[in-house]
Amino acid sequence: MEQVRAVLNVAPVERRVDAIQAAFEARGMKATEAVAELSHLAEEEWIPRNGARVVAKAWTDSEFKRRLLANGRAAVLELGLSMPKHHRHLVVLENTAKVQNVICCTLCSCTAFTIIGIPPDWYKDLEYRARVVRESRTVLREMGLDLPADTEIRVWDTTADTRYMVLPEQPAHTLGWPEDKLADVVTRDALIGVARL
Amino acid sequence: MDGVHDLGGRQGFGPVRYTLNAPGFHARWEVRANSLYSFAVRSGIFNMDEYRHAIERMEPRHYLGASYYERTLTSLATLCVEKGVFTREELEQRAEGAFPLAGPSKPGRGNAVVRERFQPGDRVRVRMDFVPGHIRLPAYIRGQTGVVVGESPAYPFPDAHAHGVEAQDEPTYDVRFRSEDLWPNGADSALVHVGVFQSYLERAG
Repeated sequence: MEQVRAVLNVAPVERRVDAIQAAFEARGMKATEAVAELSHLAEEEWIPRNGARVVAKAWTDSEFKRRLLANGRAAVLELGLSMPKHHRHLVVLENTAKVQNVICCTLCSCTAFTIIGIPPDWYKDLEYRARVVRESRTVLREMGLDLPADTEIRVWDTTADTRYMVLPEQPAHTLGWPEDKLADVVTRDALIGVARL
Repeated sequence: MDGVHDLGGRQGFGPVRYTLNAPGFHARWEVRANSLYSFAVRSGIFNMDEYRHAIERMEPRHYLGASYYERTLTSLATLCVEKGVFTREELEQRAEGAFPLAGPSKPGRGNAVVRERFQPGDRVRVRMDFVPGHIRLPAYIRGQTGVVVGESPAYPFPDAHAHGVEAQDEPTYDVRFRSEDLWPNGADSALVHVGVFQSYLERAG
């Protein structure tokens, strides 16, 4: 009966969000204020440009790159970026001509979102989560990344408090470019590992 | 928990609905749902492991049919009701309709009695643990053998942390598996890495 009632009469999702926000407010908890602040962070501060800056720095500064690969969290904090408390460790995965790293979260949707941005819709969808670990080459090809047969694919399933970020290979035509211009060529999908530059 | 959320390796799903520059949010309510759950975590109402497990406890048809941020919202509401912040009746009155919540939780568990420290290069086997509560172990590696490639700092043990059970923090190991071992004759060739809690592992010969 409970099931039937729920299916027949579920409140629209927007009204359910309103209900929770209002219930917090009714208890004197400043939910509306927090929504404004956290929405700003999610939409304006936690953006792929952060990861692009990290990559551009690593491409142009070999000492920084060494630190980044050794302790990703400490290295991104150096650049003034932040990571939440439960992202206790950042592992940076270096691509080469023969190695393609790709990250996922089969159990939910975990990403280093303060660095590479809130994950895109397809990353959180059932299809990507189910298939990328088992049909990695096929999935990447369907997404437009057709890798040569001798490229090794390394999939990283985010299942704990470690977060991952791909360090893409620097395109040859960008050698010698300044950092800002390099950051412009680094895309979110390359940081996730479903695209090459 | 062997729930429908444990999707890695499941078959029958179609192509990834991929678009270039795909958005993370599609509607204002999604941004608000995401912010409200962060607010609840910040306010100390629940932790990330409880949040994840309450999503997993959603009725399977509801889980699979719900959009991502509807799952966020359902977990948030479920935990607030379970912890007595507000009642389901209040939420349903305010929403002017039914507010489906996740199902009840099974008990959690503490760390494994025997835990070993591993080094990169060590061969390890994932224990055959069948856990009714929260666990950060995708079923596709259960019982499988791989090689340690990294060690993390100590993290709260999710099987305990999601259930209010006392436990020691413990490291995880990034373990490398061959897809051919996980799904013999049934996978694209790749190296698949999973961050595996120490309690889930034993040394392989």
